[in-house]
Amino acid sequence: MDAGFDWGVIQRSIPYLFREGMTFTVTLTLLAMSGGIVFGTILAMMRLSSFKPVSMVAGAYVNLMRSIPLVLVIFWFFFLVPYIGAWVTGAGSPIKVGAFYSALITFTMFEAAYYCEIMRAGIQSIARGQVWSGYALGLNYWQTMGHIVLPQAFRNMVPVLLTQTIILFQDTSLVYVISATDFLGAAAKIANRDYRLIEMYSFAAVVYFVISFSLSLLVKQLQSKIAVIR
Amino acid sequence: MGYNWNWGVLLQQEPGGTGTYLQYLLVGLGWSIVTALSAWLIALLVGSMVGTLRTTTNKWVVRLGNGYVEIFRNVPLIVQMFLWFFVFPELLPTRMGDAIKQMAPPWSSFIPAVLCLGIFTSVRVAEQVRAGIQSLPRGQRMAGTAMGLTQAQTYVHVILPQAFRIILPPLTSEFMNIVKNSSIALTIGLLELTGRARAMQEMTFQVFEAFAAATTLYLITNLIVVLGMRFVEHKVRVPGLIAVGGAPMAGH
Repeated sequence: MDAGFDWGVIQRSIPYLFREGMTFTVTLTLLAMSGGIVFGTILAMMRLSSFKPVSMVAGAYVNLMRSIPLVLVIFWFFFLVPYIGAWVTGAGSPIKVGAFYSALITFTMFEAAYYCEIMRAGIQSIARGQVWSGYALGLNYWQTMGHIVLPQAFRNMVPVLLTQTIILFQDTSLVYVISATDFLGAAAKIANRDYRLIEMYSFAAVVYFVISFSLSLLVKQLQSKIAVIR
Repeated sequence: MGYNWNWGVLLQQEPGGTGTYLQYLLVGLGWSIVTALSAWLIALLVGSMVGTLRTTTNKWVVRLGNGYVEIFRNVPLIVQMFLWFFVFPELLPTRMGDAIKQMAPPWSSFIPAVLCLGIFTSVRVAEQVRAGIQSLPRGQRMAGTAMGLTQAQTYVHVILPQAFRIILPPLTSEFMNIVKNSSIALTIGLLELTGRARAMQEMTFQVFEAFAAATTLYLITNLIVVLGMRFVEHKVRVPGLIAVGGAPMAGH
């Protein structure tokens, strides 16, 4: 590096990095988390269903998603969503979707498989006796689930669900492969424009580290606060 | 839906002249697996060491281990990949850095990818090893000490052989994670399976055939690894030592 380092490039690009890039990353993370938890809950209930075909469909979906790389899933949906969109709206040719919605659908579908497994483990960690005592008290399935199983399961799950969300936050950086302008994408664009790869990627690493590490400390604190004392 | 299916494309010659597209993808799978195995070597070695050190009684060693884990766990893998590829050679002495940058492809991206995946996964292995060791009853360590073993001997002969058997299933999924994560190396130009599927899509415009073939190859790999590890688990099983059911873990 005969040109030396120019750390000023970071300062100059901060408005762009955060207003464009980080907004994209955070919006994508939060929306995909909400969608993923909703869809993941449905999947978990399907997997735990005593009706075989339903649990098998959910199981196959979860195992498929967990067996292939996220990058490949991103590519799949990036090309597939326009066709699905055309099919749903009845349009003759594939519709334009854009990187953000394509990424949102991808992460919702992908993370749902992981959220599902966390919830399934959480629900199964509740002793069977709890369910039986619910039934013995005359509660039906939904009441037992809603008042006895889920509140306890949720306490076990929340820290893991949040940890998974921190991982989701980091994984959203993979939208780089479809050239979306998330935080990393914005940093990469500046890096390539000004040929400041070292400065920009180091800065991106520090920002991701500070955010993820602080969030993981918060999760740890929460965990000790809400842990069920046995 | 206006998409022209053409599965025959898999048997057409790819422009590089190395054979059919199917062969092209299979070579990609080979690169994924070679990358994953090389990285796994680093991950297992470093991870076992860091994981074990974090269970010792030396406060500073534990802190150092924790710091290592936190750093590599809280930066996205793709960013780490860029750091190893773009930044790491600059931090080395000039001659060494240049030697790395001037290596012929695919080695110039293979070596950073292996280092990156190895170190990234070593952190996850370290977490598993630590959890495995801590799940053993305290009595095991005490019994070792009571029999006159040193701390190192207790680890080698008593603690680690049991801990590794307990964590075999999570280690299997960590290995599958490396295979999957090796796809991120396409961002630094390593033509592994996903990268080749993407390249094939750009050359033939047969998007879904390329991705479906890659997906199938990943699924087959997954199946072979899972069956193989089930066999290993059965082989090394100690009657009476029941694996402790782990807590649900986050992953990707």
